[in-house]
Amino acid sequence: MDIAQILIFLLATAIYALVVPPKWRAWLLLLMSLLSIYWLQPTLNIRWLDYSLPTVTVLLSVVGWYWTRPPDATALTRRDIWTLIVVLGVLLLLTLTRYVEVPPQLQLTSRPPEWFSVLFGAGLALVAAWFMRRVASQAVVWLGMVCIVLLFVIIKTEALSVVAAQVLRGQAGQNPQLASALDLNWLGFSYVAFRLLHTLRDRQTNLLPPMDLRTYLTFVIFFPAYVAGPIDRAERFQKDYDALLSLKGLDAQRITTGVTRVLIGMFKKFVIADSLALFALNSTLADAALSTSALWVMLYAYALRLFFDFSGYSDIAIGIGLLFGIRLPENFDRPYTKQNITAFWQSWHMSLSNWVRFYVFTPLSRTLLRNKRKPSNEVIMLVCHLTTMLVMGLWHGVGWSFAVWGMWHGAGLWVHKLWSDRTRKWYRQLQEKPRQKRIWSFFTWFLTLHYVVLGWVWFALPSFDAGTRTLLRLFGGTP
Amino acid sequence: MSWRWLEQHPYTWGFVGRVLIKAIVLLVLVNVAYALLQPMAWLGQLGVYGWLVPYRERLPFGERPEAYNLSTHNLETLFSTHVVNRPKASDEFRVFLIGDSATWGILQTPEQTIGGTLNALNLTTIDGKRVVAYNLGYPTLAVLKDLLLLDYALRYAPDAIVWLVTLESLPRAQQLTTPLVARNVSRVVPLVQAYGIALSVQEPTLSLIDKTLVGQRRELADWLRLQWLGGAWATTGIDQYFGAYVPPSNDFEADITWQGLSEGVLDDELLAWDVLQAGKQRVGKLPLLFVNEPIFIADGENSALRYNFWYPRWAYDAYRAMFTQLSTLEGWQTLDLWDSVPAREFTDSPVHTTAQGSAIVAQALAEWLTR
Repeated sequence: MDIAQILIFLLATAIYALVVPPKWRAWLLLLMSLLSIYWLQPTLNIRWLDYSLPTVTVLLSVVGWYWTRPPDATALTRRDIWTLIVVLGVLLLLTLTRYVEVPPQLQLTSRPPEWFSVLFGAGLALVAAWFMRRVASQAVVWLGMVCIVLLFVIIKTEALSVVAAQVLRGQAGQNPQLASALDLNWLGFSYVAFRLLHTLRDRQTNLLPPMDLRTYLTFVIFFPAYVAGPIDRAERFQKDYDALLSLKGLDAQRITTGVTRVLIGMFKKFVIADSLALFALNSTLADAALSTSALWVMLYAYALRLFFDFSGYSDIAIGIGLLFGIRLPENFDRPYTKQNITAFWQSWHMSLSNWVRFYVFTPLSRTLLRNKRKPSNEVIMLVCHLTTMLVMGLWHGVGWSFAVWGMWHGAGLWVHKLWSDRTRKWYRQLQEKPRQKRIWSFFTWFLTLHYVVLGWVWFALPSFDAGTRTLLRLFGGTP
Repeated sequence: MSWRWLEQHPYTWGFVGRVLIKAIVLLVLVNVAYALLQPMAWLGQLGVYGWLVPYRERLPFGERPEAYNLSTHNLETLFSTHVVNRPKASDEFRVFLIGDSATWGILQTPEQTIGGTLNALNLTTIDGKRVVAYNLGYPTLAVLKDLLLLDYALRYAPDAIVWLVTLESLPRAQQLTTPLVARNVSRVVPLVQAYGIALSVQEPTLSLIDKTLVGQRRELADWLRLQWLGGAWATTGIDQYFGAYVPPSNDFEADITWQGLSEGVLDDELLAWDVLQAGKQRVGKLPLLFVNEPIFIADGENSALRYNFWYPRWAYDAYRAMFTQLSTLEGWQTLDLWDSVPAREFTDSPVHTTAQGSAIVAQALAEWLTR
């Protein structure tokens, strides 16, 4: 989101608070979310794709809802049908820009495909989803998860993205040789995928509450959190969504808090983070660094930039969400002040780390612990931490550098677990010695911070070689 | 960040209204104070350069974020970042290089510019002083801009001045439109009046709004950004974006007009020679060398009509003849290097050279400096 888009969202919140009757609020959130995912999607080089990708997001969400309905769910309610009509209406309405002259400022996508091909494609997808659930209502949940993971892997793996772009270019009658991974810049899919996986998995474990299509769809594509999270949980979102009817429009408490949060987020993102970006570590600057100390400055700048950029975005999303009456979960809690790596991960990108804890770490550790020929607890912890953080790393992009970054943190979490298990008694004694405790606190903070900061080398640089080279240079080594 | 401080406070519309009123009052007060104090005059001289980060080797100029540089028009800010602020050593012979983008060094690192190359030669004068060259070139084409910078730079105690010029910097009509001049009219007017330069320029009148923080926000923001960019300069040594470029064309249309003029109509009045004369008067007894800078000389289609994309032969030849005549008349020291650099040593314009091109110019200057 850029400044203009944020200001437009703020303007929309004013209209929402002043004009929109309570019973229309939920509908307005759905409509705004639908339109926003097209508006926020960057223009792409492949014909129709900046229309098609948000459309696929919408259809995946509708199918996701249908497949996560309780097995004993009855026929569609009136509200579900109206929601479907609104969704199809928006999809078709957007195709009208193909036939009617619309000022560029009001165009949400570049030239869309023919309306009947959209209608046919959407209809086919929905009928197929209906048929598959009829045939195998349990298996479709697995199928849904596999499909989303596959899509995710394609989008996040450069080589596969290029192949997919070549195929799409071929189908659109464009030169496949010009294909690049940037052709598939599918905005927000990382977050949508995790929300869909969460609901599909929670349906399997019967944790997902019954949701109507309007609630489910708004939850998956809720526009403030669409681009960069936080990743909410369906049951929590539903609680706020259901309370929109009783929401006080001009509530000074909510509006002041929300606006302040947005302004703080904008300052963090557009002033601090964007200024730090000038000399934050990247592959070009890593080679241009004049000295080891210059490289350290770049690395610190990168670490701070990442925090201010991401937490600024989260503040903006949380603030806008609050203004619309939805309290998104917190994502950061002073992560660079923490004194161990476990506390760091409980305060950095909290919604993602909670997600991987729920859906990777806990099930995996439970499975390993229940195994009759189970290895030692230390080995189980090592496997679980490495796997969880590997998933976390690969979520950012499938490549060696993200894998190494994940393993780096996995190893750190495991070592900390071993250390804390073995030093509990000593640590309790330390509480009674304030001076030593202060020194120890400073040391552990310094160690944790630098463990995290050094880990960012793998995150910032695109290749394993560049990361290794830079890490060596940070300690005076020559490339 | 814990948000309890924000969320636990009870807010009412009365509270919001009071905060807004206080904010408006504060905004007005700050702007009035700013208008009265005019802090940019002294703020511009302060900064992180020279103590927190190294001075820049050339004046700040750049429009792309990758350049870690920016263009600002406040002379205090410009000069406060420059290495010329370094205290002058007792054995230093300080040489200022004034000129356009060719002197500043487009597509060259600071070491590859004429000034950088001169310093690498480790020259000494006949009385044993170390020659230290300072690159005070600035990338726009107008000799009045050069005079403005020269006038400001004299406070840094130079021992000699080298002023590189080319025909394209001389048209009288463009002297006042170059941004550095247009934004510093109050400094230009005294120069124009003191030396009788034939340009019509008046002291600008600033409204109250122009003097406030709101009115001068760009200048203040540029100053702040330039301090911040000092960090990037210090860690990388980058002060320019080196992108791909198109070499100067070697073939031309059979067009011999120059700045809309037909052959034979170029006369003294159209060129601002009086700015060079003013410069000579301004430096007084300081040694001043005028250099006609090298140009790209094409050998392709219609090169019998044109030297390059900028200059038809008739116009450039007439300019050189006028330059020689005036120099003789005024007793100026000059160096005509117009054809001293081979065509292969030019980069993206008829006056921008490679590092090798700069070395040729520096070598020629070295002879004059050590004479």
